[in-house]
Amino acid sequence: MATNTLPKAGPVTARRTTVFMKLLMALSGALFVFYVLVHMYGNLKIFGGIEPFDEYALHLRTLLTPILPFGGFLWLFRALLVIALVAHAWSAFYLWSRAKGARTTRYVAKEAARVTLRSKTMRWGGVALLAFLVWHLLQFSILKFNVGSGAVNGSEGRLVISSFQVWWVVLIYFIAMVALGMHLWHGVWSASQTLGWAVSPRARARAQATATVVALVVSVGFMLPPLAILFGIVKGN
Amino acid sequence: MNLTLKIWRQTGPSAKGAMHTYPVTDISEDMSFLEMLDVLNEQLNARGDEPIAFDSDCREGICGACGLMISGRAHGPEVTTTCQLHMRSFSDGEEITIEPWRADAFPVIKDLVVDRSSFDRIIQAGGFISANTGAAPEAHSVPVPKPAADRSFMAAACIGCGACVAACPNASAMLFMGAKITHLGELPQGQPERDARVVSMVSTHDHEGFGGCTNVGACSDACPKEIPLDVINQLNKDLRHALTHGH
Ligand code: HEM
Ligand code: SF4
Ligand code: FES
Repeated sequence: MATNTLPKAGPVTARRTTVFMKLLMALSGALFVFYVLVHMYGNLKIFGGIEPFDEYALHLRTLLTPILPFGGFLWLFRALLVIALVAHAWSAFYLWSRAKGARTTRYVAKEAARVTLRSKTMRWGGVALLAFLVWHLLQFSILKFNVGSGAVNGSEGRLVISSFQVWWVVLIYFIAMVALGMHLWHGVWSASQTLGWAVSPRARARAQATATVVALVVSVGFMLPPLAILFGIVKGN
Repeated sequence: MNLTLKIWRQTGPSAKGAMHTYPVTDISEDMSFLEMLDVLNEQLNARGDEPIAFDSDCREGICGACGLMISGRAHGPEVTTTCQLHMRSFSDGEEITIEPWRADAFPVIKDLVVDRSSFDRIIQAGGFISANTGAAPEAHSVPVPKPAADRSFMAAACIGCGACVAACPNASAMLFMGAKITHLGELPQGQPERDARVVSMVSTHDHEGFGGCTNVGACSDACPKEIPLDVINQLNKDLRHALTHGH
């Protein structure tokens, strides 16, 4: 059968493809993965007491200080994270809307074209993470409000301890960390595939195993301090 | 065996379709799925009803023309093409839903037949190598390492059936494209056009209205030729290289 050729929309360049969008998502996601690993490690310092925790927060601000001003590194890194977040969410919503437009008539059979468990919660889970991020930043970074009853006195560590003595705060974080774990379970493997590191069946199995480990380490590691505080194991005195 | 079939009927490209129920009786387990539909069509013909339109050509699993969504599985419950699927894979009394591939880039022509010329346009955009005709070079003058030849051959097994698109929650054709990228990219003859090929094919793919890949893996599970997911990895890598080469 002879086929007609559709006219191309715009110039043909790699930068205008869905695969490029995936690259944006993978690179910004990889930066987040690095960030959450460091962040989780920092949070674990609360097990050493208030002082090491506050000292760590100070270290983040004095990093590279003779070269950069106080807090300079932190602000640069924050700017990078914001750019990454915009790129990540933008590519996510772009691919999401494309997928919706690519099959406007759905299947009658419910089993058809279903996502796997691993990738099931990426989209709504991602939106949940975004909502959580806003709450989390307001609580501990921008407004620094204390929902608990402990004294804070300008100490990051005391604010954390007072907050996580409240059960519903711990619950919010628990739900968010399940969402983060699920996101990383698919995301880390997906990014490996997008970046071209899963070139054989063995490399693919390795990428999927790595994703499982990263997801578990991050979600469990983040949940340890809030749970330890809620159950009175860490009191901070 | 006796079965209840629920089949998508649609009289033309712009007509509104619907599911219709057809009971079939005395089906042999040794029939292929398409032969079972042939039996139903003969009965419809005898009654003066319009037979059900579906695609088929070779009926031996090599052309890729046949392709039906059978109870929510592309090409049915086995890893094979619809023409090579046999009724012994179903049980007596079963209710089977039969739908066309669903993707806006594969518009329905009639009943279960879809127009897959978007695949042809993707191949036209880059799924080829350029060679002088007339004086064909001696084949052995270009050595190909055995592992590369094997991987290329594995990817070349794609028959262009479209099951990957049909099964993908994003209706993406990355497995089909990745197979062609890998098939040609593993060979010395595929190198001169390698960067342009991937950019041009992916651009055409996006332009045809297929969705973007999110690495779900439903495509590879549905593929009758068991094309592995790593061909999409290859495609991503080739596009990244093309990007760094200024495409
Ligand atoms: C802030 C809100 C966020 C939103 C709205 C969001 C949304 C998404 C979506 C929709 C995807 C594509 C999923 C798919 O393949 O179907 C994705 C992928 C990914 N996300 Fe997120 N995400 C968010 C935060 C994060 C965070 C905090 C991390 C890391 C800790 C992260 C890491 C990743 C990774 C590594 C990928 C895989 C990239 C790829 O497919 O190649 N994301 N995200
Ligand atoms: S990759 Fe597999 S499922 Fe997709 S068109 Fe080729 S043979 Fe069919
Ligand atoms: S009719 Fe040719 S593959 Fe099924």
